[in-house]
Amino acid sequence: MLEIRDMVCAYGQVTALKGVTLSVKAGQLVALIGANGAGKSTTLRAISGLVPPRSGSMIFEGEDITGASPQRVLTRGIAHCPEGRRVFPHMTVAENLDMGAYLRSDTSAIATDRDRIYGEFPRLADRKKQAAGTLSGGEQQMLAIGRALMSRPRLVMFDEPSLGLAPNIVERTFAIIRAIRDAGTTVLLVEQNAFAALEMCDHAYLLEAGRVVLSGAGADLIENEHVRRAYLGG
Amino acid sequence: MAETVLSIEHVGVQFGGLVALSDLDFTVGEGQIVSLIGPNGAGKTTAFNVMTGFLDPTEGMVKYRGAVLNGLKPHEIADLGLIRTFQRTSVFPRDTVFDNVLIGLHRQGKLGLVEAILGLPRARASERAQRERAAELVRWIGLEARANDLAGSLSYGEQRLVGVALALAAQPSMLLLDEPVSGMNASETHTFVQLIRNIRDRGVTILLVEHDMPMVMSVSDRIVVLNYGRIIAAGAPETIRNDPAVIEAYLGQGAKRA
Amino acid sequence: MNQIATLISLAVFASVPLWLQDPYLLNALITTGIFIIGAMSLNLLLGFTGQLSLGHIAFFGIGAYVSALTSLGFDVGIVGDFHIVHVPWPPIVGFVLAIVISGFCGYLVGRLSFSVRGAYFVIVTISFAEVVRLVALNWVELTQGPLALTNIPSITVGLPGLGYLVLKTKLQNYYLVLAVAAAAYFLISRLVHSHFGRAMRGLMENETLAVAVGIDVTKTLTLAAVISAGIAGAAGSLYAHYIRIIDPDVFAFINTVTMVIMVVSGGKGSLAGPVVGGVIFGLLPVFLRPVMPPEAQWITYGGVLILILFVLPKGIVPSLAPRLGLSRAKGNKAVKVTERTAGERA
Ligand SMILES: Nc1ncnc2c1ncn2[C@@H]1O[C@H](COP(=O)(O)OP(=O)(O)OP(=O)(O)O)[C@@H](O)[C@H]1O
Ligand SMILES: Nc1ncnc2c1ncn2[C@@H]1O[C@H](COP(=O)(O)OP(=O)(O)OP(=O)(O)O)[C@@H](O)[C@H]1O
Ligand SMILES: [Mg+2]
Ligand SMILES: [Mg+2]
Repeated sequence: MLEIRDMVCAYGQVTALKGVTLSVKAGQLVALIGANGAGKSTTLRAISGLVPPRSGSMIFEGEDITGASPQRVLTRGIAHCPEGRRVFPHMTVAENLDMGAYLRSDTSAIATDRDRIYGEFPRLADRKKQAAGTLSGGEQQMLAIGRALMSRPRLVMFDEPSLGLAPNIVERTFAIIRAIRDAGTTVLLVEQNAFAALEMCDHAYLLEAGRVVLSGAGADLIENEHVRRAYLGG
Repeated sequence: MAETVLSIEHVGVQFGGLVALSDLDFTVGEGQIVSLIGPNGAGKTTAFNVMTGFLDPTEGMVKYRGAVLNGLKPHEIADLGLIRTFQRTSVFPRDTVFDNVLIGLHRQGKLGLVEAILGLPRARASERAQRERAAELVRWIGLEARANDLAGSLSYGEQRLVGVALALAAQPSMLLLDEPVSGMNASETHTFVQLIRNIRDRGVTILLVEHDMPMVMSVSDRIVVLNYGRIIAAGAPETIRNDPAVIEAYLGQGAKRA
Repeated sequence: MNQIATLISLAVFASVPLWLQDPYLLNALITTGIFIIGAMSLNLLLGFTGQLSLGHIAFFGIGAYVSALTSLGFDVGIVGDFHIVHVPWPPIVGFVLAIVISGFCGYLVGRLSFSVRGAYFVIVTISFAEVVRLVALNWVELTQGPLALTNIPSITVGLPGLGYLVLKTKLQNYYLVLAVAAAAYFLISRLVHSHFGRAMRGLMENETLAVAVGIDVTKTLTLAAVISAGIAGAAGSLYAHYIRIIDPDVFAFINTVTMVIMVVSGGKGSLAGPVVGGVIFGLLPVFLRPVMPPEAQWITYGGVLILILFVLPKGIVPSLAPRLGLSRAKGNKAVKVTERTAGERA
């Protein structure tokens, strides 16, 4: 579904990605793990067109999206839930969710999706009319996840979705992610909770200093000595 | 028991009709590591905002080493040695990592304006000492390779580390950490736990807000659990881990793993 | 590198009278220099604390009046028969008093606005300038109102063992202004590189974080306002003793605007910015005047400003210095990633 070849990305003089090659098959849940500063977020930003690649190529469903604008990537069906709880602070919770469905016109289906998200995160339902900027950190994170799902993407990329969530909500979030994969949506997941990510993914890539250094089934990476020591804490 | 340094006495906070904190009442003893946990929106960050003067409580009182904090401005509270970090990443984005830490050292650089402008010996010595201290702190958080990069250019997790270094630079006698390890993986968290213990061993009292249960359970002397702005449990990690109300409201079934 | 560039610039400025004797141009250089000092003081606030003083000329004008009145003397009735009589003092005392009193006004304005909230500063400074202008216009007994204070003496400096030197000629005034400008530059440079300057920068970049590490907003910003106003007062004093006549028109809003233009075009937040911007926009009118009618002069002036800000949006110095290798080497610059969200992108 998504094929990335030798992608190089730089911010000014700093090369954040030094040739990343990875592929995401339709219907898979693919995990991307790595240390702080390894280039995980940059990879997602490059895919969604926020950081133009210096070289390399990206093919999404047979179409070349290398260097495509964020708008175009989004209309192709790729949604990006960025790291660090990005919400529209002056809009209400409900308005934030509607922004996620901006490109859709199926009003009744939008309402159903919205209600489903309120069902998954009852906390958001309690705060519908509250300005998103005054939500607690975790509430904002739930909102950011909800909003990404509102665009009904075919590929959804989550950048550290469990960030700042209570343990029971983390469980629920991972259940949601598994469920949308099971319902046919492809998922690219960046997660610091490497153990959980490796456990639930179909395929995983390990990124170190801007390069893919290891890839394979999640279970294989969990067994890998290097991964255990450097990312699983023991 | 250790001498009480921070006491939160019957604190209540309301936003319009919403009760964010109600009758919050607990203390932290000298040299302890106490964790404040609870579901999203339970009021933990709000409690931090009250303790550090960013928010006036509707009711109640906060005392730090005998001084009443109500009505003090944030910088005055910081001057008492009560220093916080922020849940959202918070750095000086257009300054280098090194300069960030230097700004954080503000409390140590207090000298006369004339001295500073004329570069008198005492000012120079103080400046030199601050630079050395800053370099040491940057090294300590492991970002020496990035010391001359703008803080705004760091990755999310790296910026979180800068936030901690800034707080340490302010020479706290007590640290309030709001989700310090969010955005770090298990190994990075592990290193960070050593760092926290190290800080505590140097005599700094710590109040921690964190959702990473393995970390909280391993590092805390005592845990206070909030739900909907109220304390629902308090005690040693072992007690909290098995408290049915806490499991129900917060930990979830996966808690067994923690 | 930076220091060498500064010293070279200083040497160039010092050498100007050696190869330029035209009195008209020298005069333009002196008044421009005085305004550059004003612009440097404005830059301390705007560029290093982010606070815009749109009444900055008030501090300049107060300095001019204080200095003029100190050296001219006055006799004003307060109530009934009670008069305050002041006999003339040497202008150099006026210069010092101008700094002190302008600085004190900076303190009042700072206290008033910064303890409420930063955003009020713009409004308070504008109002302050207007009030001061009205006082200067209407307190005729003290200021002569629109009739202007005239015959202001030139500054006299005492040289130990050599008697007194009256700085009357253009050449002498040029070096006087250059010396004060260099001192102001040095002072501001030391200040912004000290830990006071770091506190200012911290507040400008992230106030919440700055106060959390113990930086006092009111105190830090007020300090900047006092020093800024004091320097502006010094510039005003130089102006009064050089032009030797002042009237309430010195408080005109356009004079503040001129300083803002000098700062913004040269680059706010850079030490050399106001100097570069000041030289361009101080001398531009001088060169335009002989060659075009007044309307065309204004249009050209505006056009040059727009062109500079369009090509070099951060201002001349911050945009060009890195290319000339003149800025402090900084590693990885943050590249602004417009981290937009799904909805926002659509
Ligand atoms: N806006 C930016 N400007 C300049 N450099 C940047 C920028 N964003 C990231 N970088 C650099 O690119 C590298 C990769 O950053 P990236 O954000 O992709 O890391 P990451 O793997 O997501 O880390 P984390 O787990 O901390 O979020 C880092 O070294 C970082 O300093
Ligand atoms: N200014 C405000 N107006 C209205 N409600 C607010 C405001 N600030 C906070 N709240 C609400 O108060 C509650 C407590 O928020 P707080 O940030 O303290 O939660 P928290 O315990 O830190 O949660 P998290 O773990 O998600 O960070 C939240 O439900 C939030 O929506
Ligand atoms: Mg990242
Ligand atoms: Mg919080």
